[in-house]
Amino acid sequence: MEAIKIKGTEDTPTVIFDAAENYFEISGRSLPEDVTSFYGPLLSWLSEYAKQPNPKTVFNFKLEYFNTASSKLILDVLMKLEEISRAGHEVLVKWHYPEDDEDMQEAGNEYADIVEVPFELVAYS
Amino acid sequence: MFKDSKGFLEFVYEFYKTMKAHEISLVYEGEITHQITKAFTSLAESNMAKEEESGSVQRKVFHVMVECLQNISKHADEATDNDFLYSGRGIFMVSKNQSEYTVTTGNAIDNSKIPEMREMLERINAMSKEELNELYKKQIKEGRLSEKGGAGLGFIDIKRKTGRPLEYHFLPINDNISFFLLTSSIPRE
Repeated sequence: MEAIKIKGTEDTPTVIFDAAENYFEISGRSLPEDVTSFYGPLLSWLSEYAKQPNPKTVFNFKLEYFNTASSKLILDVLMKLEEISRAGHEVLVKWHYPEDDEDMQEAGNEYADIVEVPFELVAYS
Repeated sequence: MFKDSKGFLEFVYEFYKTMKAHEISLVYEGEITHQITKAFTSLAESNMAKEEESGSVQRKVFHVMVECLQNISKHADEATDNDFLYSGRGIFMVSKNQSEYTVTTGNAIDNSKIPEMREMLERINAMSKEELNELYKKQIKEGRLSEKGGAGLGFIDIKRKTGRPLEYHFLPINDNISFFLLTSSIPRE
């Protein structure tokens, strides 16, 4: 599968979906003008990937900020990962948050509650 | 002509004094686009960084500004009988004093939407932090994105981030439309 590599901007996140390198990341800021057109291709890619995933997928979220419209799409990404995990493949979500950002930590806890997928919260300074 | 322009310039001075008296640091009237949202939030960010505002306050102000601006750009109603009140337009204001930041928005809405909005705002205001968290989770799980990309989460998020009730007001413009004002304050620690 061809990797997705998108460089982040002030309103869109950095995205790396690379099956060959087995590296997955969404980081930075997410408040795109049109959330559906930004996340749509990412979700399609994950649906393709779900058909033949790597034996272990570690998915890194390292967001500084996301708006409420993005929060829904981030959940859609997590639900794709849940699908992969349910199909019997190993998945681990790593939710990185700045150690002084309680809201971002709380957001990770909430997602961990909603989706059934192994979830690890990682504080960074 | 000279007299008119002098009158205008005096008005500008009065306006400036009013802004100072109310500690308004930013006021904008017009169409709220994504570009405007980006410009205002980055302006506020650099101002807050200069003032050495704590990271938590900066993040909360940023959150509230984005949600308020996107509320207008996604929800302000088209009012055909009044040309200065059309879709995506409104007033946006940020003020600051020693204890808090205040973000205020105003935009035209159809009167038919008022009962539903009032009910939603009251419901959110009556909720505890835990109840809000539950509602937020329920909304992102079950809610759908509207045509314009709204997730119905903005008000919930503002209340969660500020920990204060949403203050709002509907001022009738005519039989069909009203001006909806919403103000949120973020305590400076």
